[in-house]
Amino acid sequence: MSMDIIENILFATIRTGTPLLLVALGAMISERSGVLNLGQEGMILVGAVCAFIGAYTTDSLLIGVASGLASGALFSLIFAVIAISLVSSQIATGLALTIFGTGLSAFLGVDYVGLSIDGLDEQPIPLLHSIPLIGKAFFAQDLLVYGAFILFASIYYVMSRTRLGLIIRAVGEAPAVAHSMGYRVILVRYATVMFGGAMAGLGGAYLSLAYTPMWTEGMSAGRGWIALALVVFASWRTERVLIGAWLFAFASILHLVLQGFGYDISPNLLAMLPYLATIIALVMMMQRAGTAQLAPRSLGQPYYPQN
Amino acid sequence: MKAPTLISLGLSAALALSSPLHAAEDPLKVGFVYVSPIGDAGWTYMHDRARKIVDKEFGDRVETTYVESVSEGSDSQRVIRNLSANGHDLIFTTSFGYMNPTLRVARQFPNVRYEHATGYKTAENVGNYQARAYQGRYLAGMAAGAMTETDTIGYVAGFPIPEVLRGINAFTLGVREVNPDASVSVSWINSWHDPAKERESAASLIRQDADVLTMHADSPAVVQAAQDEGVYGIGYNSNMKSYGPDAHLTSVMMHWEPIYQEKIQAVLNDSWEPESIWYGLSEGVVKMAPMHSDIPEAVVERINTHRDALINGDREVFQGPINNQDGEEIVAKGDALKDQQLLEINWYVEGIEGKLPN
Repeated sequence: MSMDIIENILFATIRTGTPLLLVALGAMISERSGVLNLGQEGMILVGAVCAFIGAYTTDSLLIGVASGLASGALFSLIFAVIAISLVSSQIATGLALTIFGTGLSAFLGVDYVGLSIDGLDEQPIPLLHSIPLIGKAFFAQDLLVYGAFILFASIYYVMSRTRLGLIIRAVGEAPAVAHSMGYRVILVRYATVMFGGAMAGLGGAYLSLAYTPMWTEGMSAGRGWIALALVVFASWRTERVLIGAWLFAFASILHLVLQGFGYDISPNLLAMLPYLATIIALVMMMQRAGTAQLAPRSLGQPYYPQN
Repeated sequence: MKAPTLISLGLSAALALSSPLHAAEDPLKVGFVYVSPIGDAGWTYMHDRARKIVDKEFGDRVETTYVESVSEGSDSQRVIRNLSANGHDLIFTTSFGYMNPTLRVARQFPNVRYEHATGYKTAENVGNYQARAYQGRYLAGMAAGAMTETDTIGYVAGFPIPEVLRGINAFTLGVREVNPDASVSVSWINSWHDPAKERESAASLIRQDADVLTMHADSPAVVQAAQDEGVYGIGYNSNMKSYGPDAHLTSVMMHWEPIYQEKIQAVLNDSWEPESIWYGLSEGVVKMAPMHSDIPEAVVERINTHRDALINGDREVFQGPINNQDGEEIVAKGDALKDQQLLEINWYVEGIEGKLPN
């Protein structure tokens, strides 16, 4: 394979990995605070359709991105009220959110099917984008991809280096203890769920504004579920979410590229490759991590405020 | 374009003649069952478009209803039974997976007529209908073959089933008809609807030098990718020009209304029979979107000549000599593939790159 092809594969990998990365980071944050939200797929779709409507009606991609973020956060508020305040089952509420989001996005988007917009363009960063091999992949992408890099770095910093990160983790590990120390468990969980919703909405905006600038129903095609799986495989560690998203994306691009080179491999087998690669790589990483408890201890359990 | 005009002329004459007979009666209730939401510019969109056309044409003699997003399997059986029980006289079930549910319900409602799309089973009161999309694929292939400069054409495809293989083979035969040096690369994505994957697949084909793209999937993402990357694209199901104004060479369009007109008319006339029909260019079920202005006049004329020949029956898409991918002759000169062979096709014609997945 020539340099050129490798460069292109890397470029496509980063693009394909971006929506997964955004959604998985958001899901990870809410899970670190103890809330399992299976509504990712619904939130992505609502974000995607609102981003498209916003961008189409105002002719501004910025407003489109903002609509995606805001609609995702607002939509997740439904989940937060039902699962956190009304203490219903997180699993059932999350599934309901996905089903509701799929229908709601189809309903909102009826008049926008078949319309097209000028999507986000690539913005190569001067000098850096001409670095051989990796320059194009990391420095010749669109603004949302750079945004995902920055969000990743910020989340990594917040979760591992700041007091806020500690509070979120404490709420997820031992909500009662966090409460007795004076932290407002419910408030923290509301915030992380809505942050997760905003990230899923941003992932949706990436799909409908940058990746394939259009709206069609069900355009997320299961990425919300993959993101949820990535969080588990990444054992709730920020850096592993990044590696997992890119690995998954790399394997799915490889599937397309290998076909093109005429390798005689069943496409069904190739289609399995991303899942297989992700599992193997992360199993290896987890083995090295030893037997430490991986999931946040209160994940999925409702918290009843005590006085 | 002649045939459909004739059909609709004949139809309006029939309408004019028969209307007094039915004017005083209750309208014929016709139900449609769709597998996906309507507004997707794809398969279901074209079925619903046809429903609206017949609804308007028959006026108050026919009343149509539809149920969308009905998943194949037991869910569809419930929906079809509901439609049957509440007074529908004719029910169109528009997806392959509705075949057995349709037949099961049909046994319980002998007075209701059923028409199932793309299946192969019939019964006393169940007919089926299909479209020869491959005829349009062949003509689209001619346009692609004429416009490629790299002699490489990309085809993004869902699953390797006969319907898709028929389209790829017909397309390739069209390509080689005008450009024997060109080849078609197929990229399988194992999905009917994943715009992002369709697009990435298109990008990957472009990186391998493809400069004309087409697809057998649901969304217009491939045409959109062609527009962004500055190559040509060919749409499927509906006219996809709006997704790639500069890229769009043509689209293979599926117009179901001639079938719906014919079947509804047959029920109104009491002449309905459970048949298997397979309509194409001749009946106006398969149509081509207007050709791109970049395509040279001579090529457009040649495409039109072939189209007319297909309509008149002067030639078949799968007429010999046809070689398979390994260069062995499968169809001899003077022969053509029979419908049954077309329904079971599971091999690549010469000119397709890569192995057929098994």
